[in-house]
Amino acid sequence: MSDATPTPTATPERPQLPAQSPPVDPAETAVASNKAGSGGKLSWWRGDGGDGAKRNLGLIGVLAALIVVGAVTKPDLYGDPNWVWNNVLAILQLASVVGVVTVGMTFVIIGGGIDLSVGAIVALAGVWCTTVATQSYGAGGMIFAALAVGICVGLVNGVLISYGRLVPFIATLAMLVAARGLAASISNKQTQVSSSTFINDIAARKVIGIPILVYILGAVVLAGWVVLNRTTFGRRTIAVGGNPEAARLAGINVRRHTMLLYALSGLCCGIAAIMLTSQATSAQAAMANLYELDAIAAAIIGGTLLSGGRGTIVGSLLGVIIFATITNLFAINGLSIEAQNMVKGGIIVAAVLVQQFQFKSVTRLLARNRVTTAT
Amino acid sequence: MALPEDDPATASAEAVAEAPLVEAPADTVAGEVVLRLTDLVKTFPGVRALDGVQLEVRAGEVHCLLGQNGAGKSTLIKVLAGVHQPDSGQVEWRGEPASFANPQAAMKAGIATIYQELDLVEDLSVAENAFLGHEYRNFGFVRRGRMARHTRQILSRLGHGEIPPGRMVRSLPAAGKQIVSMARALSHEARLIIMDEPSAVLAHDEVGNLFRIIRELTAQGIAVIYISHRLEEIREIGDRVTVLKDGRTTAANLPARDTPTRDLVSRMTGRTIEYVFPDRPTDDSAGADLLQVEGLTRTGEFADVSLSVRAGEIVGIAGLVGSGRSELLETIYGARLPEAGTVRMDGKVLRPGVGAAVRAGMGMAPEERKSQALLLGEPIYRNVTLATFGRYARLGFTNAAKERAEADRIAETLELRPRDVDRPVRTLSGGNQQKVVVGRWLLGGTKLLLLDEPTRGVDVGARAELYQVIRGLAAQGVGVLLVSSEVPEVLGLADRVLVMREGRVVREAAAGELDENTVLDLVMAGSLMEGAPA
Repeated sequence: MSDATPTPTATPERPQLPAQSPPVDPAETAVASNKAGSGGKLSWWRGDGGDGAKRNLGLIGVLAALIVVGAVTKPDLYGDPNWVWNNVLAILQLASVVGVVTVGMTFVIIGGGIDLSVGAIVALAGVWCTTVATQSYGAGGMIFAALAVGICVGLVNGVLISYGRLVPFIATLAMLVAARGLAASISNKQTQVSSSTFINDIAARKVIGIPILVYILGAVVLAGWVVLNRTTFGRRTIAVGGNPEAARLAGINVRRHTMLLYALSGLCCGIAAIMLTSQATSAQAAMANLYELDAIAAAIIGGTLLSGGRGTIVGSLLGVIIFATITNLFAINGLSIEAQNMVKGGIIVAAVLVQQFQFKSVTRLLARNRVTTAT
Repeated sequence: MALPEDDPATASAEAVAEAPLVEAPADTVAGEVVLRLTDLVKTFPGVRALDGVQLEVRAGEVHCLLGQNGAGKSTLIKVLAGVHQPDSGQVEWRGEPASFANPQAAMKAGIATIYQELDLVEDLSVAENAFLGHEYRNFGFVRRGRMARHTRQILSRLGHGEIPPGRMVRSLPAAGKQIVSMARALSHEARLIIMDEPSAVLAHDEVGNLFRIIRELTAQGIAVIYISHRLEEIREIGDRVTVLKDGRTTAANLPARDTPTRDLVSRMTGRTIEYVFPDRPTDDSAGADLLQVEGLTRTGEFADVSLSVRAGEIVGIAGLVGSGRSELLETIYGARLPEAGTVRMDGKVLRPGVGAAVRAGMGMAPEERKSQALLLGEPIYRNVTLATFGRYARLGFTNAAKERAEADRIAETLELRPRDVDRPVRTLSGGNQQKVVVGRWLLGGTKLLLLDEPTRGVDVGARAELYQVIRGLAAQGVGVLLVSSEVPEVLGLADRVLVMREGRVVREAAAGELDENTVLDLVMAGSLMEGAPA
């Protein structure tokens, strides 16, 4: 009734197996792969898999297209190199605050969650650090307050989600409402003016011709890239988001890590709060409105998988810059914000459609490969 | 169209069914072959889920499908239900070649499927669920009255007229939900109804009602494919049995009532080929007790289990699905909290949690590779180092170069194919994926390896290699606790064998003292053997 598969002959006895002494058996392994032995050489700067890099190339293409549109619609402006340089800086400055928030958001999403409360945390941290009492401690006290509020609120999110087992969407939605409420209550719905020249100078000053806000964005993006790609924290983030059960059974503390991800997002919000307060030289409960949507949208068009386990910091940065470029493009052409938002919506859909197509073709290719190379 | 009055099956069905259950399709002749599958093959990336399935189902029979988890039953059902399309092989439906592009096509052809995890919309009513997707409509408006009437009619014929058609499905007990699923099948005028472990969610007396319904269906010429792990049910309700193993038909059309239990089980679990197991060490080289488990209990899973594993020893646990063996392994590993009992490593009681177990030197290859062990989209090396990447890190910075070198070394030792550690694990075959999972624990420090079904879905050649790897680990002093449904595997590989049945260890002996039949008898004894000619 069964099959006539011939009895397989076992591979020759080699019981002195693994860890310490890799036995040399070239005859069999040589056939296996032409890339064998590729382990070892690795540039520290090497990205993680060509997949994400290809996706980022696509985003750079979109960016280039936007610049071409700008150049075509305003040839006189784009003809002036001085103006172009200043415009680039303007775009980066525009992107800086949301960019910092998006780095934190990218971590949370890769880790399998979502943080809807980032805008509210920015507002709460901004309001908290500009109260009369906080300002009496000087710029250092204000910065500490903003960062501490961000981390603490993030931790509350994290504890609710990982130990209270709330769905991230719900926990952070509640925090969105509550944190804005608290911010309004602390500020008494007033705009709180920052009297610290140190804080106010952050947005006003340039170093070597580049605004300090852009340096901050650069530093946060660089730190985010290093943490995601080169640290155990980043590796755990990908594992926890990609397959929580596998991560747990490999001995990773999934709950603690999930909690830390939200704290990290909160920290980014604290940094963003200082930047935004500096830009406006004031803070109020309504600031950073809808930043959560900008950050999520930027992460998604940057190729971060909403179900977790995959995403890149560079992609998210490009996403933020693309949005800022669109805003800039519409502003120099004197078009309305309404039209701008419609185009942004279209770009989100187009980006995800393109990525789905890419992803499918990539997996199909790999599947075909498998048939020819696997055992 | 009426029931045959003299049919003994329906006669036993009390007085409930006063009318025919369904309109029997007029062109169905009892005994005619309605479904014939030939050499059906379906592959997914990394696994051959179906590898040449033969199946023949006749009108009016209850055809039982038997097989372990992972044997391919679920995939087979999904092919028949139009969820998956086969890669090759023929599907012959009512005498004509057929292919079902989607679930609607299968339903339209007359194949209804009742899934194990019932696919009902909990927040719709009974009637809305029964007619989901083919509601009675008038210009887009649902004809609720007519639907409710028809549903009530079907329900009362199923012997459950007391279920109101307007009731929300969420509020029904499990048995009630199953009745609704069945009502849905009948609302489609199905000629073949596939039932995937319908009794799993039912209490004993409810199973009786289920069987009564099945008998009435078959008396109408409707064919039923019945899937269950419970052999006594198959004996009671089944006409013929087809056994699947590793995606293949290992026995077809056995008589359900007269085939000895041992035959069925050995075709389900036994070897289809002679495996070559590595030799055991001739002297008693095992060291001191490594793992000591005492009185471990989790209600409903296993009770009062005590066992020990010595360094360099392979201990095998034989038992069927549902005997509590996988749960036991996960509890020892700290992934489940025991209600009573202790787990000691090197004499020290383990604190709860997987982290503590890993730090104490345990490693586990879980039962479900894909959902429990692997990051499928991530490269091989990151999967190999998933439990150890922290050890190569300095100040929190990972050392990818070192990890890749170590993973490459493991890949070489385990003869991973292809040996390219940057490839996503998704692209590997089942056997090679398993090597990655086992290889994860070869990277230093693992003293005790817990293996749950290490060779499931693994092809023949890779199996022999895995056996070598496991024996090689033991020779280096690693203790191994192995769980497998395949009795020959446990007997061939382990030094000492524990037999589990219904959550208890019923026998412990050196592997040499047991043979396959003894173990099978132990495994199958008790409720599974009741009423079964052995």
